[in-house]
Amino acid sequence: MDESTRYERLLARYRDGDIDRRTFLKMLGLAGMAAGLAGGPFGLLTPREAKAAVEQVRFDGWGGVVSEAFREYAFKPYTKATGIEVVDGTFGGADEYLARVRASQPGEFNIAHLSGVFDYARYDGLGLSTTLDEDNIPNLKLVIETLQKPFRRITDGRLSAVPYDYGTTGIAYNRKYVSDEEARDKGAKLLIDERFKDKIGGWSEWKTRIWYAALQTGQDPNDIEDMDAVWDAVRQHRDLALKYWSSGAELMSLLGEEEIYVTEGWSGRIRALQDQGHDIGYLDPPGGLAWQECLFVIKGSPMAACEELLNFMLEPEVAIAVAEGQNYPPALNPKKVDLGEKVPTLPAFDPSGTLASLNFFDPAYWNDHEGQWSKTFGRVQRGY
Amino acid sequence: MTATARGDRRPWVLLTPALTAVTLLLVIPACFIVVYSFWLRTGTGAEQAGFYLDNWREVLTDPFYRDILGQTLRIAGISTLVCALLGYMPAYFIAYTRFRHRAYLLLLLMLPFWISYIIRTMSWISILGVSGAVNALLQWLGIIDEPLQMLYNEPSVILGLVHFLLPFMILNIYVSLDGIDRSLTDAAKSLGCTGWQAFREVTLPLSLPGLAAGCLLCFVLGAGTYITPMILGGPTDAMFANLVYEAIITQLNWPLGSALSLVLLALLGGLVAIYTRYLGIDQIAKSFR
Repeated sequence: MDESTRYERLLARYRDGDIDRRTFLKMLGLAGMAAGLAGGPFGLLTPREAKAAVEQVRFDGWGGVVSEAFREYAFKPYTKATGIEVVDGTFGGADEYLARVRASQPGEFNIAHLSGVFDYARYDGLGLSTTLDEDNIPNLKLVIETLQKPFRRITDGRLSAVPYDYGTTGIAYNRKYVSDEEARDKGAKLLIDERFKDKIGGWSEWKTRIWYAALQTGQDPNDIEDMDAVWDAVRQHRDLALKYWSSGAELMSLLGEEEIYVTEGWSGRIRALQDQGHDIGYLDPPGGLAWQECLFVIKGSPMAACEELLNFMLEPEVAIAVAEGQNYPPALNPKKVDLGEKVPTLPAFDPSGTLASLNFFDPAYWNDHEGQWSKTFGRVQRGY
Repeated sequence: MTATARGDRRPWVLLTPALTAVTLLLVIPACFIVVYSFWLRTGTGAEQAGFYLDNWREVLTDPFYRDILGQTLRIAGISTLVCALLGYMPAYFIAYTRFRHRAYLLLLLMLPFWISYIIRTMSWISILGVSGAVNALLQWLGIIDEPLQMLYNEPSVILGLVHFLLPFMILNIYVSLDGIDRSLTDAAKSLGCTGWQAFREVTLPLSLPGLAAGCLLCFVLGAGTYITPMILGGPTDAMFANLVYEAIITQLNWPLGSALSLVLLALLGGLVAIYTRYLGIDQIAKSFR
């Protein structure tokens, strides 16, 4: 018997006079107390979903200029049109956010601006995906097909998210110390160049470390054959690195303050540094890494309200404003939508709308190895 | 005959809100962490409920965890020692000063707590970074040509921890010193002791409980931190709490993270228990009265 049925029966017993008001409230209170203690073992005791009129939808994103653009161009008109308030939350990282979602009640978190296909597969694997009614999101037709396909493959043709933007994780270097020619010649191996010992940085994320180690050892990151060589390359990078950074702000600080000269970096963040006047070069090396972000609807959310909000967020005016704010191209197809002047100048932008030149994580391959590789990286990065 | 023995329930009634809060917010969640530690993480990241000893076997037998635990205890120990050495003098000064507004000195001690711990830790980047104040000054004075690399290593982690922990140490020592009867040192001097001898033979021994309480508090807080090594440490400067963070947040392996956190809890709890057995927990409580 599920929890909602249990509540209905409890209510029926009370209405029928089988239990008095005091007992009813006591039982309801005990259930409510259990519901307040969420996550993990508590999840076995908690009710599944609160059934109430939709008064608000919670959106969680990366904060900063992106949230400002969402608030101005999407949330305000959405609230005006529907009367539904958008609660605007932020998170510092996808992993941290997933931990919060898992510890929450169904319906507590609704839409999240997530990274990549990998997270989509991870959320689906944890039973957190939904099925969007695409008829309610007419702007989905404007979105690049290539970005939708990996999601559909994971969830058997349906969508639990809409693609929203894309970018690359390329090599960033300080031009005062590294010329464009040297960066082009060395490619991914610039990150393990002993000349820059203690002036090298890197993202403390196992997938990126392994991807670049695969490139450094001449392997296909989506089909690695010699994993020992990859771990050796990860170790080599670790021993040369001054610091692993863990956020975009930290990446910008380390590069901008010249604590490090070379690192891999997110295209939008590097563009922001360039816009601030720092002489930082950016290179997508052969086999470099691309990713996409999506707006994921989490299980237990009010679907119709979320679909309507997604449609607002995919309005070209909103998507372009967000893209210009965060320096990542929107998922809108440039063959179908005029993206304005700035977007075509952003790093990673593909005017063809096919994204054929970009390399993405193969979600099935990486998810298969996630448990083992993330754990091993946890040790390797600590000196093992 | 005690009040309870007489059937007086008032103490229990008065304690009920606190006991309820502790039970709901500490004891029950801790019990669930214990339950979690016996579960398993599946390939998708979801947990498999049951009674499995895999996590415990791994945590207790794998030298990786032992080494990081050793590194954690070493860093926390060094930080505590530095805090004790640096903290005694200011505590003594505050306790014995004839300054009319001594309360302001205590207020100054509390001032750092008004600023976020993360901000305080990050402030060292502006001070010791390549483009930071110290390097800029040394270069301006012509002492160095190239900036020194002072951050992202173990000493910078210890520095960050000392910065964080020092007020706790000073406060504990101060409370102990403030409670010493001044007539005892006067008596020692009247019996022929020099000022230094009076300090060594009377003041210092009487202030040791406060020093010990400060050491315990600093060690426990230092050993449980993960923010400082994350911000000021290099790739290999991890502490045990970083492993808990990674297991739970990055690897989504809550069962393993639970086992790791229980190991740390048992270790630090054991230290507190030993301290309480031999010195009593009252000394720490005094600092917060």
